[in-house]
Amino acid sequence: MIRDEEVRHIAHLARLELSEPDLARAARELGSILDYVKKLEAVDTADVEPEIHAVSISNVYRKDEPRPSLPRDEALAPAPSHDDKYFRVPKVIE
Amino acid sequence: MEWEAVIGCEVHCELSTKTKVFCPCEVRFGAEPNTLVCPVCLGMPGTLPVLNEQALVYAMRAAHALHCTVATHTKFDRKNYFYPDLPKGYQISQYDLPLSKVGWIDIGPPDRRKRIGITRVHLEEDTGKLLHEGADGESFLDMNRCGTPLIEIVSDPDLRTPDETFDYLKELRTTLLALGISDCNMEEGSLRCEPNVSIRPKGQAAFGTKTEIKNLNSFKNVRDALVYELERQRKLIESGGKVVQETLLWDAARGVTATMRSKESAHDYRYFPEPDLPPLNLSQQFIHDVLWSLPELPAVKRERYQRELGLPYYDSDVLVQEPEVARYFEETMNAGAPAKEASNWVMGEVLREAKDRKVEVGALPVTPARLAALIALVLGGTISVQAGREVFREMAATGGDPATIVEKKGLVQISDESALQSAVERAIAAHPQAAADVRAGKEKAMGAIVGAVMKETKGRANPKLASDLVRRTLGVS
Repeated sequence: MIRDEEVRHIAHLARLELSEPDLARAARELGSILDYVKKLEAVDTADVEPEIHAVSISNVYRKDEPRPSLPRDEALAPAPSHDDKYFRVPKVIE
Repeated sequence: MEWEAVIGCEVHCELSTKTKVFCPCEVRFGAEPNTLVCPVCLGMPGTLPVLNEQALVYAMRAAHALHCTVATHTKFDRKNYFYPDLPKGYQISQYDLPLSKVGWIDIGPPDRRKRIGITRVHLEEDTGKLLHEGADGESFLDMNRCGTPLIEIVSDPDLRTPDETFDYLKELRTTLLALGISDCNMEEGSLRCEPNVSIRPKGQAAFGTKTEIKNLNSFKNVRDALVYELERQRKLIESGGKVVQETLLWDAARGVTATMRSKESAHDYRYFPEPDLPPLNLSQQFIHDVLWSLPELPAVKRERYQRELGLPYYDSDVLVQEPEVARYFEETMNAGAPAKEASNWVMGEVLREAKDRKVEVGALPVTPARLAALIALVLGGTISVQAGREVFREMAATGGDPATIVEKKGLVQISDESALQSAVERAIAAHPQAAADVRAGKEKAMGAIVGAVMKETKGRANPKLASDLVRRTLGVS
């Protein structure tokens, strides 16, 4: 189970505006996911080494060698707002 | 009541790798906006970050220099928040398994030396840069900086005064510079400091409520902001108020701190392991290889200059601030100049000339070998110290060799008695009153006569010889 209040908080962190019915549905669905995952707690892990990551590879590096960047117009094109040099974003500091 | 400040510092330092930390875009300050970007650093869906090994090595150098323990198991985490300078919606940082933990750095001159604990040093990515110039409610975003490798250095809350904080930052900067991992340019934002500060009654163990200060672009700003903020907190508490935990912005023009964002001050970053980057298992061999590759650190260099070269603390401190200056000094010495002479010239003429020309000392036309040759001319009595300074200026302007300049300008010091005798006699004849005074034992009157000798010889007379001759001619000894 998950409390409505917590769902509301998570929705806010994710910048989602949920209507009341959506909120109730999200609480139901998240709750059932949490219950499902909770079943893992039944497994005895006393002799299992903790894992710090889900993948089994490690130490993947890249050499410090520059490669060409995107042409600027191509980089800016998908943005909702831009001029010929900059992305334009809503002002945050008043 | 007597209050005590408790200050900790979070320092962010951009690493001077050629490319960004997770993509091969070039790192370069001052490039045309949004020309050093790619799908990875723009946060496009479906892209995969890959760690720049050099950035890891640089971060590890800093960790070692700050005497931290480097982790054999470390990983990256996502720090989730929304801000327009980070389009992914999260910063790749390190949370519960940072690259390194628990170190220290010694700060301050001998009379207020203090060991400051380092909580951790970790590796993360920088954000883009917002320019708040738009008049229409929009800001401009330049993403060139986004993805530049950044180390975060967190100190323990061991600092007690704004001056100590200043010393801490100065030593940290000098150390990072010596490691060759960053240009530490505060004006360009490659070194940024965010102190957190609280006050408590002296003797109390528990900490007070702290505030964090941002927007500090010089060490002086840091000191000024801390002085202001400590006073603000003291007045607030003494008048019955309570300090609110918040982030403040320093307004250097008005000299005040002001609330930055009241909403959303409760951070909830929902850290979780970065699934796109596999964890790091660092071998002891690798960790040690990086440790052995460290250069001599400023703290050690300073000690060596005092112990082995007999320099005062002040000299040693000035010389080690920038690695280039220390190198210049040592090369001057290796070319034959005595340590203290080399130190005086480097701290004086060399640093002044570099500052006037706004260049690194290494870029001056005067090489250390030529400075050493100049010092030899002065010490050998060929030219006076005064003339030496003139020769230095000429060397700095033309890049010439000191002996040639001395000859060309006719600066060779006159140390030959017979050559000076007639000038001395003329000076005495021209200053009868002064001559009488000297004969009567008034030492002060010597100045007028010797001055006249110096003037007639255009400063080339050996001053000591000139004085001796004046005395002898006047029959006083």
